[in-house]
Amino acid sequence: MMLNRPARAGLIASAAGLACLAGFADAALAQATTPAVADKGDTAWMLTSTLLVLMMIVPGLALFYGGLVRSKNMLSVLTQVLAVACLSMLMWVVIGYSLAFSEGSAFIGGFSKSFLAGVAKDTVNSGGTIPEYVFFAFQMTFASITPALALGAFAERTRFSATLLFALLWGIFVYYPIAHMVWQSDGYLMKLGALDFAGGTVVHINAGIAGLVGALLVGKRVGFGKDLMAPHSLTLTFTGGALLWIGWFGFNAGSALAANDVAALALVNTLLATAAAALSWMFVEWAAKGKPSLLGTISGVIAGLVAITPAAGLVGPIGGIVLGLVGGAVSFFFCTTVKNAFGYDDTADVFGVHGIAGIVGSIGTGIFVSSSLGGVGVENYDMATQVWNQFVAVVIAIVWCGVISAIIFKLIDVVVGLRPVTDAEREGLDITDHGERAYNM
Amino acid sequence: MKIVIAIIKPFKLDEVRDALTALGIHGLTVTEVRGYGRQKGHTEIYRGAEYAVSFLPKVKIEVAVATDRVDQVIAAIIGAAKTGQIGDGKIFVLPLDHTVRIRTGEVDAAAL
Repeated sequence: MMLNRPARAGLIASAAGLACLAGFADAALAQATTPAVADKGDTAWMLTSTLLVLMMIVPGLALFYGGLVRSKNMLSVLTQVLAVACLSMLMWVVIGYSLAFSEGSAFIGGFSKSFLAGVAKDTVNSGGTIPEYVFFAFQMTFASITPALALGAFAERTRFSATLLFALLWGIFVYYPIAHMVWQSDGYLMKLGALDFAGGTVVHINAGIAGLVGALLVGKRVGFGKDLMAPHSLTLTFTGGALLWIGWFGFNAGSALAANDVAALALVNTLLATAAAALSWMFVEWAAKGKPSLLGTISGVIAGLVAITPAAGLVGPIGGIVLGLVGGAVSFFFCTTVKNAFGYDDTADVFGVHGIAGIVGSIGTGIFVSSSLGGVGVENYDMATQVWNQFVAVVIAIVWCGVISAIIFKLIDVVVGLRPVTDAEREGLDITDHGERAYNM
Repeated sequence: MKIVIAIIKPFKLDEVRDALTALGIHGLTVTEVRGYGRQKGHTEIYRGAEYAVSFLPKVKIEVAVATDRVDQVIAAIIGAAKTGQIGDGKIFVLPLDHTVRIRTGEVDAAAL
């Protein structure tokens, strides 16, 4: 319920229904006469949630990816994640927040909130109960983690300058428009009625597709399929994955934008769906490959978190478990069988985990939101229509992100070059891009 | 003089050291190495990526001994390092021309 408008409540609360859209004008009038005041409890939870999502990026995601690469590229991954997140934060205040969350067209917002114009200390987020500063900061962490997630797919072989340019262009031309389409009241997919509670489409499908396009256009790592490219520290990957899980409560339960029953439901789902997906991946791997691995189990955790993200405050706990079970197994299949069949080099399986589990979750949300299946329900719910709307949102995200990401990567290749020279890649990006070594032992 | 090089399973190192110490051998050099013989490697699977790891971790011991003690040393190493399973390792014996103790300048038998 990341929305910035009363319309969102209409989509979710079975009582209010879509009629809320009509009530927006009245609400705005009411706000004009009696200024809205932030709720202390809601604000406290959202301050906490914002920091939890930051923890997902640094150190969570950085360590999760860092452990998966070879030791000669450890620092390059950590630096890329850190710098891309920081750059995305500054971009958010300059134009990102405005392009995503201000009035505009059905596809992108305007510039009216650039540099936080019109936002003051006592401004409350539109139709909500928290200071707009907190809404801005919470959303900023989402805009920061998404390009950082994509980095994992083309890690170990992309120049540092290229990753910064990617974050800059991709934010403007992919993330902000899709966030606007999905979460802003005048956005195309919001109007269509597509549901995305905490970013299954905006964050995970988006990052997964950008990662896949990047992996294809940057090309395979030197020695891929020939050299040993085992993760250099699954201990760090476990640590990062565990931090991601904990931080994800800010991501999912925080997307209620309030400390309420919706946040509670999202919290329960973020536990149960994740546990189900971890076991799902583990047992499927055990059956298919002979051993239950730590990397598989922690990958299942991430797949479950992704799958439940669009559904977190919308489906019931049992529906959430089903989404987790399916998300874990399908992601396993993509990270092993499908990836090997096509032969693309997605270093950290960003597409296989985030893209695929994101799609499973987004489509599944349309099914399990049904009140007859334990979900919170949607006014005038019809499963076929809702699933179709979810499908349309997924396809639009895939096409928009896929096409524009491809253009962006081609452009970066012309401007600064995507890849380091082969010798530099062999030596490792830690030394050649950053002039330092992760482990001096 | 001979130099005895033994490639053994890493977890057998302490037992071999104890056996050699009991023989009165006063020093040896240990290196962590990787290699393969009849024991095949294993497969590691990281999500979809399967890697055949053909070089297994072993420990290499080098001991310089007087020629008349070589058989005892070999017997001690075998006694301590043998498990009966493939992968127990190998022993190589090479001639040793000259030995010098750096601290005192003693040579050959006196330096062992």
